[in-house]
Amino acid sequence: VSISATAPQTVPFGRRLKRFMSDYPIVPLIVLLILLVVVLQILSPGIVNQRWIANTVKFAIPLALLAGAQTMVMLTGGIDLSVGTAATMAAFIVATQSVDNAPAVAIAIALLPALVIGFVNGVGVGVFRVHPLIMTLGTSLIGVGCLQVYQRTVISGGTKYPDILVWLGTGVTWGFPNALLLFVPVAALLLFIQKRTGFGRLLYAIGDNERATRLAGVKYWQVILALYMLSSALAGIMGLLYVGLIKAASLSLAEPLVLPSVAAAVIGGTSIFGGRGSYTGTIVGALILTVLTTLLTILQMPEGARRILFGAIVLLVTAAYLRIIEDR
Amino acid sequence: VIRLLRQNGWVVGLLVLFVALFILTRTIQPSYGAGDFGSLVRAVLPYAFAVAAQTVVVLAGGIDLSVAAMMALTSVTAASMMAGASEEYALFVVPFVLAMGFMLGAVNGILIVVTRVPDIVVTLATLFVLQGAALLVLGAPGGGVAEWLKNLIVGTVPIPGIPDSVDAWIPKALLLLIVLLCVVWIPLMRSRLGLSIYAIGSSQLAAFRSGVPVARTKITAYAIAGLFAAMGGISLTMSTGIGAPIPGPYLLASVAAVVLGGVALGGGRGGLLGPIIAVFVLRLVRTDLTLLAIDPNVTAIVEGSIMVAVVMFGAYITMRSRLS
Repeated sequence: VSISATAPQTVPFGRRLKRFMSDYPIVPLIVLLILLVVVLQILSPGIVNQRWIANTVKFAIPLALLAGAQTMVMLTGGIDLSVGTAATMAAFIVATQSVDNAPAVAIAIALLPALVIGFVNGVGVGVFRVHPLIMTLGTSLIGVGCLQVYQRTVISGGTKYPDILVWLGTGVTWGFPNALLLFVPVAALLLFIQKRTGFGRLLYAIGDNERATRLAGVKYWQVILALYMLSSALAGIMGLLYVGLIKAASLSLAEPLVLPSVAAAVIGGTSIFGGRGSYTGTIVGALILTVLTTLLTILQMPEGARRILFGAIVLLVTAAYLRIIEDR
Repeated sequence: VIRLLRQNGWVVGLLVLFVALFILTRTIQPSYGAGDFGSLVRAVLPYAFAVAAQTVVVLAGGIDLSVAAMMALTSVTAASMMAGASEEYALFVVPFVLAMGFMLGAVNGILIVVTRVPDIVVTLATLFVLQGAALLVLGAPGGGVAEWLKNLIVGTVPIPGIPDSVDAWIPKALLLLIVLLCVVWIPLMRSRLGLSIYAIGSSQLAAFRSGVPVARTKITAYAIAGLFAAMGGISLTMSTGIGAPIPGPYLLASVAAVVLGGVALGGGRGGLLGPIIAVFVLRLVRTDLTLLAIDPNVTAIVEGSIMVAVVMFGAYITMRSRLS
């Protein structure tokens, strides 16, 4: 660093560019995002307009919320595969409970199972030290089972989507999707937690060196419990928003978003081993994935080829990104 | 004997659990006989291979999320190649598909080694790729299978020296499973490679410093996992007669059985026997619940709860033993 400060002309441009990128890892991501949009515009001229942007943002927000939960968990070196189930439960329950109850009551009932899942995850990972991957897989299995049983009891009742959720999910005001009203505060809160609070610092610390953190007197299980409950609560909120957007409650509503949520966090520079990453990267990652999906749809490829490209690009971006970051 | 028991305590415990469950099954359904056991084994077959694939990778300190997608791809490839083809042609198809699985697994390993991206992310990406490839091979469930392959897992083989009443309890599918697993597993564990797999699983750095070729071992571990997954894919085609491009629930089941089978998720500890027994236990639980006429949806809850409870118990025991 000192060399570049005293004699910047001796450092070759490529090296400097790399260093700049590793200092500001968000920049290459944004460049990639813009590149994707440009490609989209070339392939299908005129598609990129205000309405398209609003639409893209609308579909990126649920993914970004889910990936936000994932990011927080991944900071500690864990992973939460039950977010899809938590979100689906919240979505399905709110749709069925709204038939008889006021929206506020239905929403409260809907968020409860998500919190329970988070609590069980937290106890399993924090107290019993079960591997997070296994624990969250297990709770998501149980959750899906419970949901199926629940479905039997309400199958005749039909579904109804609270107006507030539909407004939030699909509505657009002055060119801005209403979902931003929910997303911006949540994102700000997450970033605030990560950057400015003791809890956030503990997350990074646990991900960096769990043993050292515990020896330093941190109550590991309390942090983990709070973390997984936060993650599930976020997933539940995402489910509420998503059902307002899709307006079709099914038992696998949010499942297809689980693996992309991991991908979004990883593309955004969050290390799956913990200790490194931030939510800003994840948001850009979610946008990239959403634009990528549109791009692959517009190319009118068969579904199979689309999935192949999706996987290949996720891998490519992650590998390239790791290279840039690692060269510190 | 006592030392042997203590060393394999987990496996013995599972075996006891399996026997207990079996007795329970007989009490619930006294007519549960050899034929039912045969169909249980047939149902277990693809799961067992998925579990074997996952076990190799987990022992080497990785995890393979693409195992179910790999099975789907190999299954549709086998089914679409055999559709309408002659019986002899299948003799060529099976080795081809197995080789394909081996190669694809190796690709997984190479990607992990070369890109230095964590296993879980690489196999997540290849999950999408393999799934897509399966859809390209076969857009909808279809294809066919050679008759002799189908017959390979139905019924029993008479073994000389064993009375018929016992022989009835040894279905062909079980023999096939045991033979195939042993053919791959025993030479592997006897060789340097097996030791290297355990070594890189328990500590990659220590293994590297003591001269274990980490990259090569890792690639081979994934390749063998691909081979097992291909066996799983073919057995899937054998038992259903068709190939389906949508991956089954094998990823979850394989991870669950690996953990239940006493393999440490961090790698380096465990064997193949435990996970295989675990997968039988899990299937038998499902059979029992079906026999008890319990809503199949409740079955999912029970299965998940068992898995979580066992894993918590196991984690608790390791924690206790580490403290003392």
